Amino acid sequence: MPPQTLEQILEGRRSQPHQLIEVLQDVQEDYGYISEKDMQAVSQGVGVPIMEVYRVASFYKAFRLRPAGKIVLTMCMGTACHVRSSRLLLDQAIGQLGIKPGEVTLDGLFSIERVNCLGACAMGPIVEENGSYHHHMTPGKLRKLIEAIRRRETEDNQNDQTQ
Amino acid sequence: MTRLNSFRELEHLREQLREQRKNITSTVMICGGTSCQASRSRAVIDAVRKELSKQGLGMSVRLCVTGCHGFCEQGPVMIIEPSKMFYCHVSPDDAFEIVSQTLVKGEVIERLLYTDPATGERVQTYPEIPFYRAQDRQILSQNLMIDPCSIEDYITAGGYSALTKVLRGIAPVDIIKEIKSSGLRGRGGGGFPTGRKWDECAEAPGDEKYVICNADEGDPGAYMDRCVLEGNPHLVLEGMMIGAWAVGAQKGYVYVRNEYPLAVKHSRIAVKQARELGLFGNNILGSSFSFDVDIARGGGAFVCGESTALMASVEGKVGEPRPKDVHAVVDGLYHKPTVLNNVETWANVPAIILNGASWFASKGTPDSKGTKILALTGRIKNTGLVEVAMGTPIRTVVFDIGGGAVNGKQVKAVQIGGPSGGCLPVDKFDLAVDYDVLAEAGSMVGSGGMVVMDEESCMVDVAKYFLAFLQDESCGKCVPCRIGIDRMLEIITDITEGRGRPEQIDVLEELADTVSQTALCGLGKTAPNPVLTTLRYFRPEYKAHIYQKKCQAGVCKALITYSIDPDKCNGCGVCLRGCAHKAITGGKKQVHTIDTRLCQKCGICRSECKFDAIQVV
Repeated sequence: MPPQTLEQILEGRRSQPHQLIEVLQDVQEDYGYISEKDMQAVSQGVGVPIMEVYRVASFYKAFRLRPAGKIVLTMCMGTACHVRSSRLLLDQAIGQLGIKPGEVTLDGLFSIERVNCLGACAMGPIVEENGSYHHHMTPGKLRKLIEAIRRRETEDNQNDQTQ
Repeated sequence: MTRLNSFRELEHLREQLREQRKNITSTVMICGGTSCQASRSRAVIDAVRKELSKQGLGMSVRLCVTGCHGFCEQGPVMIIEPSKMFYCHVSPDDAFEIVSQTLVKGEVIERLLYTDPATGERVQTYPEIPFYRAQDRQILSQNLMIDPCSIEDYITAGGYSALTKVLRGIAPVDIIKEIKSSGLRGRGGGGFPTGRKWDECAEAPGDEKYVICNADEGDPGAYMDRCVLEGNPHLVLEGMMIGAWAVGAQKGYVYVRNEYPLAVKHSRIAVKQARELGLFGNNILGSSFSFDVDIARGGGAFVCGESTALMASVEGKVGEPRPKDVHAVVDGLYHKPTVLNNVETWANVPAIILNGASWFASKGTPDSKGTKILALTGRIKNTGLVEVAMGTPIRTVVFDIGGGAVNGKQVKAVQIGGPSGGCLPVDKFDLAVDYDVLAEAGSMVGSGGMVVMDEESCMVDVAKYFLAFLQDESCGKCVPCRIGIDRMLEIITDITEGRGRPEQIDVLEELADTVSQTALCGLGKTAPNPVLTTLRYFRPEYKAHIYQKKCQAGVCKALITYSIDPDKCNGCGVCLRGCAHKAITGGKKQVHTIDTRLCQKCGICRSECKFDAIQVV
């Protein structure tokens, strides 16, 4: 689906303050993050002071206020994943990519996110790569996954350049 | 679809749908739940669909993509009715054989059957599998028969008949009486009697009232609500409608976590279908009842599982709890009387109406009735969703259904009830899954997360994990929770990093006591439970961390070192190549060694070694 414009997202929800979170969810879904400009437009559209929009956007974990990397590795930190050593996976990702959760690598390729539970506990530990789940992960598998993504992306880039 | 205007039209539709399905000889039910999708069940579904039409069975065999079957560890799983054949770890390449052998000729494909690890024997049908045999699947079994995106499936299976039963002639007061005498208690954690909640809301003054379904399952390690909403959304909606009729509400909300995209999608589809059929809207089925539901997505805040915070969030505000001097049943969403129940609670309602309160009350213990869905996870053989009658001993769940620990390890404890619950040691496993019994032991049924831990789980680390979780998730409104948890985490971090002092245990207990007595909301009040229960049952582990600076489970990084067992190492070199820190040396076919100065304890070598030669002490 092509991303909706802000106008489309706001349609039918104007001047309805209780729609704020829903609108922000859609903005985030379509643009990957919520920019200051979008926040201002949402504030006007929904009829909520900009301060309150910022308060809500920064309170909830689901909202990102800066763009994410092309590949978002979301590490499940739920209890079930934790007792199966998900902490080692987070350390591994941090070590491999040189960034902390919430940050983006300099080349813009990766970002790391942590989530409290993805609800696929039986298959843990889980690492989510842009919406698809990798289950029963180990530090070694994660290392190979990161390497494979890097390789794939460089190849894609080269192909794009030659075309 | 045309709008249904009367009870008779609904029954007529049901008969029509059943008639249409008369020629179906078998049904293939493939799990399309999140866990099975993680093991690529989508590809299996596509392959089976293709094979069915290729081999000309498109009309006589029904392919049903269902919600979670519960046995997630074995995914992708499928069940074939009417023979009840259970296939697990199915791959798209098996599709041809499944269709040509099993569906056409009725032959069993041995390699796809489940092998009982206890006996080593293959099991053909799912009721014979020990994991399913010991359960009482009242709600989960309905997941097997229904495509969650099809209201026709739900209606064919008898759906919305509880709704017609109440609308046809059970007065709201009598519904509440029925729910009260069934003994149903809230399945989300609090365990408050549902009937009493409804009664108070019905009694509350005002014409505008709300019902809310809490599907903000923020408890890490719990996913039963996700599976029910994902696998059978109409069941939850039907429960909400009955509740709304009983208390006099006109509008409902399903507040669902945004981390559950499939649950959001399925509940949206369900609401749309129900509206099209006229099951939502004005004068439902020609009665005087008008009701509609909206889906509200959560923003990923654990605190929004708390009722007042959740309502603030539905209103589009920051999810902070407020004091409950006046309860939500009187002053709830938009300051109107509101009934808020959890997904599983709502899902129990239609069956109580259809089968009667005494049927429901016949299961369980004197004060905890019915069944409870548990998410059995952690370091255990059979992980998945389990539904048992209340009163079932923990031992039955962990050992008979769960199959015990993996890799010959010993089960040490089970964490029940998420961040508000507690850890119980093996010698407490005779305790029953019962609200009051578990509360007395310092834990709680909570939402039903059961995380099993073995000797490689450090209980101090588990307490630290929950404190870190709660510190991160505390909304910060009240001081005891905001500062108290922070200080407790500081102390416990000291202990796990080798800076622990004996007197800190007393401080920890004092802080825990203060937080539990003075925090504003239920989540804050129960936040110290993981610390309190681990101190109560696993104090020697705390002492080992403080006095000997040892973590016997090999988890706390500051207190452990990695080494290679020379008896087990055969010099294959896998660890050497895998080590990102160049900490491992050794020649080909020679015993390798780890340089502890370079080792970052990242665990790669341990996860890669096939000979279990990497030791952590």
